[in-house]
Amino acid sequence: MTYETVARFAQTWGLIYVMALFAGVLVYALWPRNQQKFDHAARIPLEEDEL
Amino acid sequence: MDVFLQLAILVGCAFYAVIAVAQAGDSGMAIHGWFFLILFVAWIVGICMRYGFGAPVWDQTRYEDGIIKWGVFATAFWGVAGFLVGLVIALQLAFPNLFYFEQFGWTNFGRLRPLHTSAVIFAFGGNALIATSFYVVQRTTRARLAGGLWPWFVFWGFNLFIVIAATGYLLGITQSKEYAEPEWYADLWLTIVWVVYLLVFLGTLWKRKERHIYVANWFYLAFIVTIAMLHIVNNLAIPVSFTSSTSVIVWAGVQDALTQWWYGHNAVGFFLTAGFLGIMYYFIPKRAERPVYSYRLSIVHFWTLIFIYIWAGPHHLHYTALPEWAQTLGMVFSVMLWMPSWGGMINGLMTLSGAWDKLRTDPVIRMMVVSVAFYGMSTFEGPVMSVRAVNSLSHYTDWTIGHVHSGALGWVGYISFGALYCLTQWLWKRRRLYSYALVEWHFWISTLGILLYITSMWVSGIMQGLMWRAYNEFGFLEYSFVESVEATHPYYVIRAIGGGMFLIGALIMCYNLWRTARGDLRAAEGDVAEADARPAAAPAE
Amino acid sequence: MNWHGVFERNSMILLIGILIMVSIGGLVQLAPLFYLENTIEEVEGVRPYTPLELMGRRLYVREGCYVCHSQMVRPLRDEVERYGHYSLAAESMYDHPFQWGSKRTGPDLARVGGKYSDEWHRDHFANPRDVVPESVMPPYAFLADAELELNELETIMGTHRIVGVPYNDEMIEAAQSDIAAQLDPFSPDYDAFQARYPGAVMRDFDGDPDRVTELDAMIAYLQALGTMVDFDEYEADAPENLR
Repeated sequence: MTYETVARFAQTWGLIYVMALFAGVLVYALWPRNQQKFDHAARIPLEEDEL
Repeated sequence: MDVFLQLAILVGCAFYAVIAVAQAGDSGMAIHGWFFLILFVAWIVGICMRYGFGAPVWDQTRYEDGIIKWGVFATAFWGVAGFLVGLVIALQLAFPNLFYFEQFGWTNFGRLRPLHTSAVIFAFGGNALIATSFYVVQRTTRARLAGGLWPWFVFWGFNLFIVIAATGYLLGITQSKEYAEPEWYADLWLTIVWVVYLLVFLGTLWKRKERHIYVANWFYLAFIVTIAMLHIVNNLAIPVSFTSSTSVIVWAGVQDALTQWWYGHNAVGFFLTAGFLGIMYYFIPKRAERPVYSYRLSIVHFWTLIFIYIWAGPHHLHYTALPEWAQTLGMVFSVMLWMPSWGGMINGLMTLSGAWDKLRTDPVIRMMVVSVAFYGMSTFEGPVMSVRAVNSLSHYTDWTIGHVHSGALGWVGYISFGALYCLTQWLWKRRRLYSYALVEWHFWISTLGILLYITSMWVSGIMQGLMWRAYNEFGFLEYSFVESVEATHPYYVIRAIGGGMFLIGALIMCYNLWRTARGDLRAAEGDVAEADARPAAAPAE
Repeated sequence: MNWHGVFERNSMILLIGILIMVSIGGLVQLAPLFYLENTIEEVEGVRPYTPLELMGRRLYVREGCYVCHSQMVRPLRDEVERYGHYSLAAESMYDHPFQWGSKRTGPDLARVGGKYSDEWHRDHFANPRDVVPESVMPPYAFLADAELELNELETIMGTHRIVGVPYNDEMIEAAQSDIAAQLDPFSPDYDAFQARYPGAVMRDFDGDPDRVTELDAMIAYLQALGTMVDFDEYEADAPENLR
């Protein structure tokens, strides 16, 4: 295996992979149905302090 | 049951210590063997005494707070110890004739500097992370810490690791990998402690009564898991013998260099950043009584940060014998890292939106917000310094030291101090801190100290870089190396003053925490405090 | 109760997600260094350290010299003029661990070998400010008094062999006598020693022929640094040497 093959792989599949991951995270974070869940989650620290 | 497993581990270690004492391969191990023997026997006796009065009942209707109180104490103690050693080595560089002692070679800079870095990163920072993670994971899962006695094992085991590491440096026991200096047996012990830490944390998540896992726990989990991976790979070594304090690292030369800085940079990324972001995402909203600015942003922040950070290590090796493709990769990802870092900063700062008056009225909140501002500053400076052209000037100079300390003193220090103030007030169930005026003093003295520190190192670093590459009119190098050392002297003095002020601030904090834990209220502040005693400062108990 | 199981798995899913994310970068960067042929260029002259140099190197590590001295000359005009030819990956191929360093509170030491006399080093270690008044380096006078601890020498060399340093049986068997041989320029073992460690400097480094001190080992190591490759022979611009 040479440097060139590794580099070619990284510049194509690596790039696609990274963009897909980023898109996946964005979609999950911005999906409208998740909004309610996140609103609830954001308030977790503010709840009562004792069990 | 689990107490017997714990005792078995400790007895096994004590047994090893006996062999190490008897068969020590070198003088370092001969001393360390005795050390282990005493500490492990004391630990075993401690557990036996505790159980001697009947097995403790782990009350599942209450949080485990006892171990966190110990963590608050340990964090404050190691913080002061680490800052003090830092001040000593700063003075050594400023006044070498006064602070080096020929008859005490073990106090030389080369041995104390790892002591300083390990004390502040692992002892101060590590205890802050363990204590706050135990606090946060319980409150956000609404479940008691899992594992009964095991959280105590994590705390005492981690602090034992620190004592082994610290005494090792003074004895000259080191494998010379920066921020991973402890030798093989300390590394193995830390691995055991760390696996237990992960299991305690996961176990608490498994028994949670809250459906969602709050984002602070994501950061803590990433910190625990990634540090385990980095620690194991970077420290792979073959001991010279099982009773020797020395080992030979399996990596060599260029491979070792990249492994080391993959570790070293991600110790910054996952220990000093991800872990402390966990603190930010819980303590700032809690103290400000407002949910985090954008939970969506926190999710994007989390995944992009952990993905990008892990690539950035090679920027520590620009222009070295590391292949250029690896350097370029490290540089590109380091510059990209700016974005998620600032996403996190915006999320922390904007949590205060609509409640900016708290910056004026609550110095604890102000400390944490300034911490986030320092985070933003050093995560901008970092990508700039990772650019090869800038790095050719900044690398090997004091600029790097200044950059590290703007992150360490400003970001890590302040967010930890904020958490300590909160934890002391909340765990000891005090209505407010002993004195907010003392928090103001702490804040202003140490802020001035940080500014002196980072500006002096910035100036001296750039000066060094320029002097090293300066040419005279005949085309020869203008300065000898030692002229740059001489020129640095005033900045080393200013740096020591700045560090000293930071230490004084920390001592003021310790006094304030101590009085708060005792339940004292500073009389002169009575009226102010009444007016200030918002529910945030005194959560409903 | 079934829903609870789902959430237990969720925390594991989170854990696995984190692991995948953080292992990619490490794998892509670290792994190729071990099998790409051109990570380390081929050069003549790089040999394993002599037993004395190896022990000196361990003292260099013990005293934390790497926190103030780098051993990596970068290919920049001023560095090459100040310190010498830029460092090659091959020059640290037997360094377990590497000592490239990260800070120059003192000067780079990658090519310090042969730059100063042993006597200069002796005075400098005793008190750096006697020789260089502006220096901020700690004094290391104790090195001259301390006997060199040699009881683990063979096992240390053997462990280096396990991780890939080409020490052979002969070298390990002769380790203790090679310490004495290197300290004596008129040693009867001169030829055998030079055959094992070509080009190694042989003389009494600490100026005290009756004792083997830590200072002997430390100076022997420093005098060897950066001297192994003959740069008159090395072609920096040859295509196989560009990375």
